[in-house]
Amino acid sequence: MHPAATEATAALPMAVSYLRYIPLAPLVGVLFHVALGYRLGRHAVGLVACAAVATSFALSAQAFLTVAGAPAGTVLTDNVYQWLSSGDFSANVAFSVDALSSVMIMVVTGVGFLIHLYSVGYMGHDEDYARFFAYLNLFTAMMLVLVLGNNLPLMFVGWEGVGLCSYLLIGFWYTDPEKASAGKKAFLVNRIGDAGFILGAFTIFWALTDLGHGSLEFATINARAAELPAWASLAGALLLFVGATGKSAQIPLYVWLPDAMAGPTPVSALIHAATMVTAGIYMVARLHGLFEAAPMALQVVGTIGAATALLAATIGIAQNDIKKVLAYSTVSQLGYMFLALGVGAFGAGIFHLMTHAFFKALLFLGAGSVIHGLHEEQDIRRMGGVARKMPITHATFALGVLAIAGVPGLSGFFSKDEILASAYASGHTWLWGCGVFGASITAFYMTRLYVLTFRGEFRGDHHKWEHAHESPLTMTVPLMVLAALAVVGGYVGVPHVLGGNNGFAAYLAPSVGHHELAVSASTELMLMGVSVAAALAGIGLAWTMYSRGPVADRKLANTLRGLYRQMGQAYNVDAIYDALVVQPLIRASYALWRGVDVQFIDGIANGTATSINTIGAGWRRWSTGNVQHYMLTVLVGVAALVLALSLGALIGVAG
Amino acid sequence: MIATQHYLALSALLFSIGAIGAVVRRNVIIIFMSIELMLNAANLAFVAGSNSLGSMNGQSIVFFVMTVAAAEAAVGLAVILALFRNRQTVAADEISLLKW
Repeated sequence: MHPAATEATAALPMAVSYLRYIPLAPLVGVLFHVALGYRLGRHAVGLVACAAVATSFALSAQAFLTVAGAPAGTVLTDNVYQWLSSGDFSANVAFSVDALSSVMIMVVTGVGFLIHLYSVGYMGHDEDYARFFAYLNLFTAMMLVLVLGNNLPLMFVGWEGVGLCSYLLIGFWYTDPEKASAGKKAFLVNRIGDAGFILGAFTIFWALTDLGHGSLEFATINARAAELPAWASLAGALLLFVGATGKSAQIPLYVWLPDAMAGPTPVSALIHAATMVTAGIYMVARLHGLFEAAPMALQVVGTIGAATALLAATIGIAQNDIKKVLAYSTVSQLGYMFLALGVGAFGAGIFHLMTHAFFKALLFLGAGSVIHGLHEEQDIRRMGGVARKMPITHATFALGVLAIAGVPGLSGFFSKDEILASAYASGHTWLWGCGVFGASITAFYMTRLYVLTFRGEFRGDHHKWEHAHESPLTMTVPLMVLAALAVVGGYVGVPHVLGGNNGFAAYLAPSVGHHELAVSASTELMLMGVSVAAALAGIGLAWTMYSRGPVADRKLANTLRGLYRQMGQAYNVDAIYDALVVQPLIRASYALWRGVDVQFIDGIANGTATSINTIGAGWRRWSTGNVQHYMLTVLVGVAALVLALSLGALIGVAG
Repeated sequence: MIATQHYLALSALLFSIGAIGAVVRRNVIIIFMSIELMLNAANLAFVAGSNSLGSMNGQSIVFFVMTVAAAEAAVGLAVILALFRNRQTVAADEISLLKW
């Protein structure tokens, strides 16, 4: 096979005016829920919420089909109005759809619709259904703004909007202080990343203005990135990547995502697995020109991604909360996507983003179904044998596990394999090694999760077992659709070596470029064999160990000793951050408050008042109230004045 | 011949007597009279100046001063009467409520 590289082709703009309605439809839904939601009842709210997202999905499908049918490089644009204008700088509210964003909007609206449908069943009994669906629709609208915006400022609007919705939905049950503080944590950690995003945008704008292109449109940035001075592209790319680590939960800012599981389960599926957390990956892919102009930044992206993939996977082994396992798995899978971006395989990263959205949404919704059926039980040590009570959930969940583990034939296999092959082919052998090791750990903990939940005998309270039931159709239908997607989703990108044509990569090539793998077919097959063997080894090991129930954890703990305890406590990263960042900040704030604010600032204000008071207290003795004293004062004053004038006159005469 | 300086010296003497009286005496009526003395010392200086400069301006101002002094006497004596009715005293140092 000849290594060949296709650069992103020149854009062919095509003006359409319906793109604005894609984010607008869910926004109308928000207004409906806020104004009429509680008056018209939960059925109307559920219907409108799903209809709004379905409208977006239909329009997205039209945009997708238009782009797919048009010549390569076609970009649909919808310029709504000029938003900001200051000096040479201007930014429009303008939406655009190219190959990359068409995939994203399909995932956001498609998976989003299924999750909305599921939520109708899952949140059907909640008091605050209108507030819930208002947030969920607002999230969808903001995510679509993020994806469709054709410039950095507009993307930032969506970026902040999805962050806000994430905060609101994690703390949805705000009466529980733990959940409320999980929301705050997510918001604050994301804020650190957002600061990086803004600084990155400023850096790029500054450097581009020097070149005479004062614009923050993605097309301009990507086209001019090569002309930027090295420091500017490196600093801009790294600062934007800080933003990506916040939103997409990478080292060092991943700590909020596991806590974000405090939110309702559909939220975990929609925001904290399928869509919002992929915003960072989308942003890096969107700005691929900038990142390619700064190879060192790409190196950082890939390294952070591989480290996160491995770290989060090891933590996933030792978690007992069904949602926590999935949360760490999400962090780990996002790490794979960044690994792909870091080795320049942008298409592979987006491919995994899409398949991951399918199977991770499926796994979360399946977990939600189990939690729902077992009356809010989340601890897998008190589950087991659930397959007998919930056959549909079980079957779909099993497909999700096989997909994420990378079993051949399912979607996760194709996307993960493309990432690993790209890493190896681009010469990052040790990143490939991390990836393969991580893949076997992934297979291990996902199988552990599956076996402990669905196999064996039920280990919890027998009342819960008797009342356990399969979920209603609104919940199981999305599971079945997602399971189908998790199985077949990978076939859009079957590699050449397996007789496919890698259509997905070819489709994305106009947006993000495409690099043919610089390895021979036999090497590629060998790599594939290694990763499949690693996955099967993980599955087999976990299956044999955990068939006997959670006691196998003790065996693992004996083998790994201290390391296992560390994994269970997520390496105490929260405690380390607390000691290194939070406590010093609190102490510094106290010092600033007590030292600078109270003593210095207040001291100046109070000191001024006090000294004027003291002077006044002295002078007021002068006002005796006795008119004769005043008269004397006037007399002395006049006498002094006359004397001074006379002396002056005398001196004047003498002079 | 009585020169202008003599008038002015007398005026200054009368003014000083009035000023010292106004400051050192405690009886409000005496203070009042002392102020009248100061006003008339000023009148004398005006008249003397008018005479020496051959101008009528000084004399006309004297009439204004006398009018104001008359009005002041009317108002001032009424104030003193009202004061005495309320406080049974006309000693200036005992009337010092208006202060801090």
